[in-house]
Amino acid sequence: MTQMLPEPANVDAPVPADERDTVGVSQGRLVLRRFLSNKISVVSGILFVLLAIFSISAIGLGPIPGWWKYDYTSLNPQNDGGAPTLSVFPFSLGEHPFGQDRIGIDYFAMTMRGIQNSILVMIIISFVGTTVGTVIGALAGYYRGWVDAVLMRITDVFIVIPIIVIGAVVGRATGGLGVIPLAFFLAMVSWTTIARLVRAEFLSLREREFVEAARVAGASDARIIFKHILPNAIGVVIVAATLLAASAILLETALSYLQLGVRPPDVSLGLIISDNQSAFSTRPWLFWWPAVFIVLLAVLVNFVGDGLRDAFDPRQKRFSLRRTKETSASSTTAPASTQARVHPETPSS
Amino acid sequence: MVGFILRRIAVSILVLLAASFIMYVLAANAGDPLQDLRDSTAANRDQLIAARVAALDLNVPAPLRYFLWLGGAAGCLIPFAGTCNLGLTISNAPVLDILPTAVGSTLQLVTASFVLAIVLGIVVGVVSALRQYSGFDFGITLLSFFLFSLPSFLVAVLLKEFLALGFNSFLESATSIPIWVIVLLAVVSAVVWQAMIGGEARRRLIVGATAAAATVALLVYFNVTDWFRNPGFGPVGLLLIIAGVVVIVTALIAGLTNRRALIVAALNGAISYLCFFLLQGLFDISTPATIIIIGLVAVVVGLATGYLLGAPDRGMTARIGGLVAFLSFALVILDRYMQSWPAYVNNPRINGRPIATVGAVTPGFNGDMWITGIDSFTHLLLPTISLLLISFAGYTRYARAGMLEVMNQDFIRTARAKGLPERTVILRHGLRNMLIPIVTLVATDVGALLGGAVITEKVFAISGMGQLFVTSIQRVDVNPVMGYFIVIAITAIVFNFLADLAYAALDPRVRVVA
Repeated sequence: MTQMLPEPANVDAPVPADERDTVGVSQGRLVLRRFLSNKISVVSGILFVLLAIFSISAIGLGPIPGWWKYDYTSLNPQNDGGAPTLSVFPFSLGEHPFGQDRIGIDYFAMTMRGIQNSILVMIIISFVGTTVGTVIGALAGYYRGWVDAVLMRITDVFIVIPIIVIGAVVGRATGGLGVIPLAFFLAMVSWTTIARLVRAEFLSLREREFVEAARVAGASDARIIFKHILPNAIGVVIVAATLLAASAILLETALSYLQLGVRPPDVSLGLIISDNQSAFSTRPWLFWWPAVFIVLLAVLVNFVGDGLRDAFDPRQKRFSLRRTKETSASSTTAPASTQARVHPETPSS
Repeated sequence: MVGFILRRIAVSILVLLAASFIMYVLAANAGDPLQDLRDSTAANRDQLIAARVAALDLNVPAPLRYFLWLGGAAGCLIPFAGTCNLGLTISNAPVLDILPTAVGSTLQLVTASFVLAIVLGIVVGVVSALRQYSGFDFGITLLSFFLFSLPSFLVAVLLKEFLALGFNSFLESATSIPIWVIVLLAVVSAVVWQAMIGGEARRRLIVGATAAAATVALLVYFNVTDWFRNPGFGPVGLLLIIAGVVVIVTALIAGLTNRRALIVAALNGAISYLCFFLLQGLFDISTPATIIIIGLVAVVVGLATGYLLGAPDRGMTARIGGLVAFLSFALVILDRYMQSWPAYVNNPRINGRPIATVGAVTPGFNGDMWITGIDSFTHLLLPTISLLLISFAGYTRYARAGMLEVMNQDFIRTARAKGLPERTVILRHGLRNMLIPIVTLVATDVGALLGGAVITEKVFAISGMGQLFVTSIQRVDVNPVMGYFIVIAITAIVFNFLADLAYAALDPRVRVVA
């Protein structure tokens, strides 16, 4: 009997702590805190920003000069068959840290330019695609009826065509114009998933009381859509945008690999792999550098996206190392700890 | 219901028309279809240009040309009338003639990887969900993130450079598997198995040690018998493997305490084992049709024996009988393929380097069904692995999320509370419900299958649908692009529709709004 007394106290103790956590904290802060507690995602985000800054500062962007002495177009005399001169112990960059390609262009500059282009395409596609998709989804979900029918059939038209196919057609037509127009046109065909998600969210949110209240108060449709409903759907939008960003990197590199995306003399990571894969056995670095950076970019963006999804939708538990340690330390207790907390009265068998 | 289907079909036709119009105009404006002729130095250049313009109606503006194309394509709706006309390619071949071969090689390429990705993805995802937050779960989650971020052309190039060249050189020169490979594989298998089986430290140690010992034993056996040059199970090996299949299938579906199930499984294993001895002469002169018929007979026998002998739960034992018969007969066939391996490798056209990196068959290669089967296998191995790695990650994630959701439902608790064994709870109550959304996902993916693996086909030079599309769009050859599009769009629409119907049929909570 005496031993049973402390137990209810133990069970009750965390509950007020949880309440104290949630009370008085805005949705945004809550999400931010959840995101920051996910170490992998935060580190990925920081690394991604550092990589972007590094690639821009190395070779400059547009008229801004960078700190690296070569650019990605000029030919240089071949040193040692173009082998990389980078050495880690002792650290030295050497003349061409990533080596040179077959005609002597500095490979470090080319790789940095490829990273810049990948990030640029990613940002444009995810930003423009998300904006278009959100507006179309919001209109369809808010107005329903024939507006919904027409907009969703248009979405169906684009969903029928696989993204790599329509991307190839768009890339073939616009790749020669340069990276930025290419990214804009690719964005014009990659908004469909977001439109569907936002529409579903609007369909459920528009029935809620706060929308009714806003309408009674005389708010215009535009105000209700953008000031009242959209902030509540922002989680879906942001998560979908980061997922779109990750797939945008792979789409651009794949199209460039097929020679249907970025065209020479501009550089893309996919394009230089495609150009140099036949030289794999003689000059493997021409393959490895761009390959490593494509995977790195995509992994980082995927991890940031996963952290955001976790932060916005705590019901859908994702993986976190911390949680593993907690549960494996007390692995004999209930496997579904969340459920136990939601229903503290039901003992977990 | 009928109203729903009719409305859906009408909308689909409109969507198809609009999408094909957009596709046509985009593809036609993607570049100059006369580029190669304008650059040529042939004497009759102008004549060639005029001929192509006439053949492809290039002097008609693209939006109007679409309707010419549509008129020809509409003829395909009348069956057996021979009015179908999808236009000509830039080199004057009718699109209708090149589409079926492209569809054929794409199907050959994607089928194996598709099935394997689903099976492996579901198995790994379910195990990962049942061991939530364990080391295995963590590893699989990281792995799937990595695979998600891996462009397919990277995987393909790496497989070509390392797996194919490495294995071929190994077959050509090395005498045995090096020690470090054996140690590495033993450690990997120990880590993976202990993480999958789980449990407390002692059990994990035993599992890991057993797995490592088994791996080492197997690899040493391979070395001693020079297995990779003369593969095969042999009578003893086949017996052991079939016994393993019998035990595992029974343990998973019925539990080893169910004697009737075990007897049915053992009986069917024994039948296949007898086939191995009795049918070798027949196999030598077989065609694929013979093998399929024998295999079907074996499965039917398995189902029948299971049904007749499994008194209280006939359905379950019939499934066990059929599954064991199928698997063990497949092993017998696999062994027959392995017997032809030395003949294949030593064939002068192969010359001791079996794993191919381009194409779908060795040109000018002839032989019986076993040899040509191995030839397709060596050609399709790398593209299949590369496709598998990429789609596997997606199915793992879906299976894991679905299983976690289902296993937290109330009916699972009820099933446990009424005393069902954990195996029944997981397989019959959990897995089956988790499969409902997966079935619809699979239906949608089948629709996208015919589109081919655009990049994989390109890297491995397999002339399927994806390759057809890429070469055509690079040459601004509109008619094959549209032929490609019409095939994938129709299959996508049809299978999306089937996915919706399947969902309504499988899940009684979903109602089709008529």
